[in-house]
Amino acid sequence: MYSITSREDLASGIYLFKVEAEDIAKKAKPGQFIILRMDDKGERIPLTIADWDEKTVTIVFMKVGKTTQKLATLSAGDSIADFVGPLGQPTEIESFGRVIVVGGGVGIASIFPLARELKRKRNTVISIIGSRNKDLLFWEDKIRSVSDEVIATTDDGSYGRKALVTQPLKEILEREKIQRVFAVGPVIMMKFCAATTKPFDVKTMVSLNPIMVDGTGMCGCCRVEVGGETKFACVDGPDFDAHLVDFDLLMMRQRAYLDEEKKALEMWEKSCPKS
Amino acid sequence: MPEKLNLNRVPMPRQDPKVRRGNFDEVALGYTEEQALEEARRCIQCKKPSCKEGCPVNVDIPEFINAVRENNMREAVKILQSKNSLPAICGRVCPQETQCEAKCNLAKKSAPIAIGRLERYVADWGRAHPEVTAERERQPFSIVDKKVAVVGSGPAGLTCACDLAKLGYAVTIFEALHVAGGVLMYGIPEFRLPKEIVQSEVDYVKSWGVDIKLNQVIGKTKTVDEILGNGFGAVFLAPGAGAPMFLGIPGENLSGIYSANEFLTRTNLMKAYLFPEYDTPIKAGKRVAVFGGGNVAMDAARCALRLGASEVSIIYRRSKIEMPARAEERENAEEEGIIFRLLTNPLRFIGDDQGRVVAVECYEMELGEPDESGRRRPIRKPGTEFVIEIDTAIIALGTRPNPIVPSTTSRLKLTKWGTIITDEATGRTSRDEIWCGGDMATGAATVISAMGAGKRAAVSIDSYLKSG
Repeated sequence: MYSITSREDLASGIYLFKVEAEDIAKKAKPGQFIILRMDDKGERIPLTIADWDEKTVTIVFMKVGKTTQKLATLSAGDSIADFVGPLGQPTEIESFGRVIVVGGGVGIASIFPLARELKRKRNTVISIIGSRNKDLLFWEDKIRSVSDEVIATTDDGSYGRKALVTQPLKEILEREKIQRVFAVGPVIMMKFCAATTKPFDVKTMVSLNPIMVDGTGMCGCCRVEVGGETKFACVDGPDFDAHLVDFDLLMMRQRAYLDEEKKALEMWEKSCPKS
Repeated sequence: MPEKLNLNRVPMPRQDPKVRRGNFDEVALGYTEEQALEEARRCIQCKKPSCKEGCPVNVDIPEFINAVRENNMREAVKILQSKNSLPAICGRVCPQETQCEAKCNLAKKSAPIAIGRLERYVADWGRAHPEVTAERERQPFSIVDKKVAVVGSGPAGLTCACDLAKLGYAVTIFEALHVAGGVLMYGIPEFRLPKEIVQSEVDYVKSWGVDIKLNQVIGKTKTVDEILGNGFGAVFLAPGAGAPMFLGIPGENLSGIYSANEFLTRTNLMKAYLFPEYDTPIKAGKRVAVFGGGNVAMDAARCALRLGASEVSIIYRRSKIEMPARAEERENAEEEGIIFRLLTNPLRFIGDDQGRVVAVECYEMELGEPDESGRRRPIRKPGTEFVIEIDTAIIALGTRPNPIVPSTTSRLKLTKWGTIITDEATGRTSRDEIWCGGDMATGAATVISAMGAGKRAAVSIDSYLKSG
């Protein structure tokens, strides 16, 4: 069992847990993920590592399906049955020069350790964080602490710029020479970030989030197409060259169990009316 | 007056095919006491028993069968467990027909002794009488002041760990998944190997003091070199099957197309057949095509049937006699109504606008001259393309070695296929303190061959640590 040492409600429906997992904390690098299983009947779900210290690993998740709904009922002192990692390849981080890091929605959490490491490697880091509205935006200060410039956007203009993340992204690319772009967020956002940076010919890395089961390369559930080749996001990724990724295929594969997810969620909600 | 030898083996009762195709309960029901005694009495107790030679873990076969004949189950359990830590598993999934039973002297004249069925009977009797297994001469744990690490808790890892623990070593197994057992848990279905039985054999291994650490992906959570630097004198690598192979044809990444590993893992390990009580879903669909001709293909097809599919086909490019699956498993599948589309090969998958598979286009094959595997090479028959409507496809073509352990361990020599080079007799790798067995050393093989490798490695590790 892996104990939750603290919980924070970061934004509407977005939660942070610090989980005691010393082995993983010692090894974690930006871009890697963990797989957790809440209890004996739970499914295995991957979550990006948002931060770590000597003894704990920080995860941030949004309440969407049954597992994340159930997870959101836990508090500090509770525990999670299984917690394994760090999985996947770390993000390739060098001294590139000037870089842009884009985080959308819950993906904002994933870009924090990434921007921090980029900064540590003496890059000039411009971060763009975006969400649908003000209630869903979090960690602006934290991102600012590891960036040279931060641009916040919301779809409805309730905070920061009323824009999609791709707009400031395009403006910066028009304004100055950028050596690398990183984008982490919903697939549709990553797809449009890729389309935005393509004409500027700036290498762009995205962190893919397909459905996974074991997370160690054994099942192939997480397969994605990159440059026409099939890759396993869990062991070959999760980072891939955005200009080579088949995002439409990824979106279709993510929807493979929509009916089942809906059914599971409905049954869960029926069984505990107060949440 | 000596009784005339019964040339026919006692059949084992099985669930009716019409019933069992609708449930996940065990298909083979096991002998009753009378049946076990009757079958054991067929054994002629040869002076030179060759059955033993056929057993990769050297079970004292005539001795345990003799104990059954004398209805001394207590003794039979002890004889069996002295060589085999996982007898209830082996009694169910070993291909006895190519091993011990193939060597049985009776096989020359009639049906060989049903050694597997007797092993199963004795092991199950032992499970029902836990006081017997606890009765053994229990040595104090960890009498040898050396620690051994085992990577992976499948058949190779469990066997190696238990043999070393019995010799007095302090053994720690590192398992990547959330339960111990490896392929016995995620791969082989409940109806062929109930998970409760696997758990009880894992518990037996633990009863010898073996410490099993779950959720440890070696190469990620910690590396083999770190383990060795942390007080372990030797490491046995048995991380098991790796990346599933796909067909490499268009449309293979459509939704509804699974590797057999994924389909079986969802079903067996994650218990998707109990969804939504369990959280992991699976879409078995109504019309299912399974590609491949091995035991895993049979397992996947039979799982799909039990998950509610109305039509399940096995699509295989050669003919029935070239199928690598055990005859028994193929027959079980046929009895349950699995359709065999032989000499058939897929060309491409066809999807709908949601990216879901709806059909597979195939073509017919014919057999030509034997290839390097000795089997007749299948050749495409031109102009024979046809389409089968499906809503689920399962690819059961085998696996490639998982690169996580080899790529994170220094100075390990690999074959061109990515398996770890080992000495066949001992399992030792190119590094003195590292051994390897199971699929990572040999490529995909059987449970019992992995167990044999675990056993040989344990002997070699013991002599290395004693000399060092």
